[in-house]
Amino acid sequence: MRQDSLLSIRDLRTQFHTYEGIVTAVDRVSLDVYRGETLGVVGESGCGKTVTALSILRLLPSPPAEIQGEILFEGTNILDLDPDEMRRIRGNAISMIFQEPMTSLNPVLTIGEQISEAIRIHQGVTRQEAWRRAVEMLQMVQIPSPNARAHEYPHQLSGGMRQRAMIAMALSCHPQLLLADEPTTALDVTIQAQIVDLMQRLKDEFEASIVLITHNLGVIAGMAKRVVVMYTGKVVEQAQVKDLFREPLHPYTQGLLGSIPWMGRKLATGRRLLQEIPGIVPSPLEMPDGCRFHPRCSRAMEICGKEEPPLVQPDDGRKVLCWLWA
Amino acid sequence: MALLDVRNLRKQFPVRKGILSRNLGFVRAVDGVGFTLNEGETLGLVGESGCGKTTVARCLLRLIEPTGGEVLFEGEDLLKMDREALRKVRAQFQIIFQDPYSSLNPRMTVAEIIAEPLRNHTRTSRGEIRDRVSLLMEKVGLHPEQARRYPHEFSGGQRQRIGIARALALNPRVIICDEPVSALDVSIQAQVINLLVQLQEEMGLSYLFIAHDLSVVEHISNRVAVMYLGRIVELATDQELYQNPQHPYTQALLSAVPVPDPGVCQRRILLQGDVPSPLNPPSGCAFHTRCPECERACANEEPIFRDLGNGHRVACHLR
Repeated sequence: MRQDSLLSIRDLRTQFHTYEGIVTAVDRVSLDVYRGETLGVVGESGCGKTVTALSILRLLPSPPAEIQGEILFEGTNILDLDPDEMRRIRGNAISMIFQEPMTSLNPVLTIGEQISEAIRIHQGVTRQEAWRRAVEMLQMVQIPSPNARAHEYPHQLSGGMRQRAMIAMALSCHPQLLLADEPTTALDVTIQAQIVDLMQRLKDEFEASIVLITHNLGVIAGMAKRVVVMYTGKVVEQAQVKDLFREPLHPYTQGLLGSIPWMGRKLATGRRLLQEIPGIVPSPLEMPDGCRFHPRCSRAMEICGKEEPPLVQPDDGRKVLCWLWA
Repeated sequence: MALLDVRNLRKQFPVRKGILSRNLGFVRAVDGVGFTLNEGETLGLVGESGCGKTTVARCLLRLIEPTGGEVLFEGEDLLKMDREALRKVRAQFQIIFQDPYSSLNPRMTVAEIIAEPLRNHTRTSRGEIRDRVSLLMEKVGLHPEQARRYPHEFSGGQRQRIGIARALALNPRVIICDEPVSALDVSIQAQVINLLVQLQEEMGLSYLFIAHDLSVVEHISNRVAVMYLGRIVELATDQELYQNPQHPYTQALLSAVPVPDPGVCQRRILLQGDVPSPLNPPSGCAFHTRCPECERACANEEPIFRDLGNGHRVACHLR
């Protein structure tokens, strides 16, 4: 191992028992998050990226969820911890920024109360001290007049401001690992740029590791060092960001990169049509045999429909789940 | 002559409060918007949430009644028409909505949804309607065998195709696309964009393409208009606008778009704060409170939307 890994996930499998059958949302996912790095996780809706994050924090009620595998955080398996021990980690050493800041903040508590609650519980300080630190956090995330804002309720803040409050809360206990689930998706581009900038700066200041979950490859390119591509609950490719964008190996990654319109591409290539990935993501109850991408893959071979592809390591630091490279 | 000529379009929403509905003032959601749309062209309309893009779309079709202005469709003002005349024009003037989940009636089958415009606007026999529906479904990439299914049985991308088929049913000349791909995943988004491009080439359609995603708009548009707080601040051909943006807001907006290339070191122009409330918009140039180049005149006088040559128009005192 080149670096010290903070979080190692080994063969994580999260299943949900539903009336229609067992849905495997995350299927034998293994990945590492190193200290101080930003790991990007990309994929389309339903690929299991959010469930992976929720499994790490053990926020999925069981039943219906069933989690197997190992999630080692600084060497301890999170899945073995009892609820009390887990509560001490959650929001403290590992915290999360949710996508929708409106629904994930409590509407009947002021911003200051919500942030200081976490500080009080985890740091064992007095109310006054916790409030003081909460205001300090609001200042750090550049909320204007933090003293007054701390007394306001979530609905009084704009979308960008709420997301800042959310980041302040997540960072209030100086976590080692921050799970950011689509932190900029609900925001306008100019606000998105402000939030990306803020997260970059705070990450360096707090020396935290970030798992950045998003479907926006542009945000990944700007923030992450390494990236994991997920499809139907599986990691299909892992690489350094620059390698992935220069030479994607998995046909799904290739399709994904070809299908996004980037600014300047039309003028550069003169093409008005985008590259398409045909078809749709299969239903989680009717996963195709073999490689799950093969019905949509332009380079599918006979074996792809029959046997599950192996995880191949074509060169250092890259992994791809595909028969083409086997 | 332009197919669609919009002049000084305005829409104010009253703000009421309390049981007596006291009027507290007006939100000027659209405040003097003007543009033209030519035959076979795509005009992109971009801006952040709350800038009035969707209100413009709805006012054009009179789905909400505009407060003032003119909407000339082939020289005739839609805003002066009576109901019957408007109904006839709407056959040539269709809309695709953003949310494919709420814009399709869940209790109607796909065939009924697509046939509805035909029933309302034409005298077509049942058999002909059936044939036309199958044809339309094929055209947008759906299987005609699925005609008797209900919207909930389809994925988001497929539902958007149903919405497109419905908009195409009457062979319209103009389609307003209000954020047609924002709710879709990237791989599906590409499919729908390609479909819109192909249909345009095949049928000579004109699109008013409304979106907040600047890369998508650049990809599909011939000309692009940028809106801020109810007004168009810049309008130019896509190449001009993206390579030579003039308005400080457009410049900031373009610099904020994340580039999917890790080798590029982006120089972002970070705007301060949020969009001001349209209930109480800033004086003079509405953007002056966040503008990095703001000068004295900006706070006092409203800038004129002037032409810089070759159709590049911008509303800024400094240009």
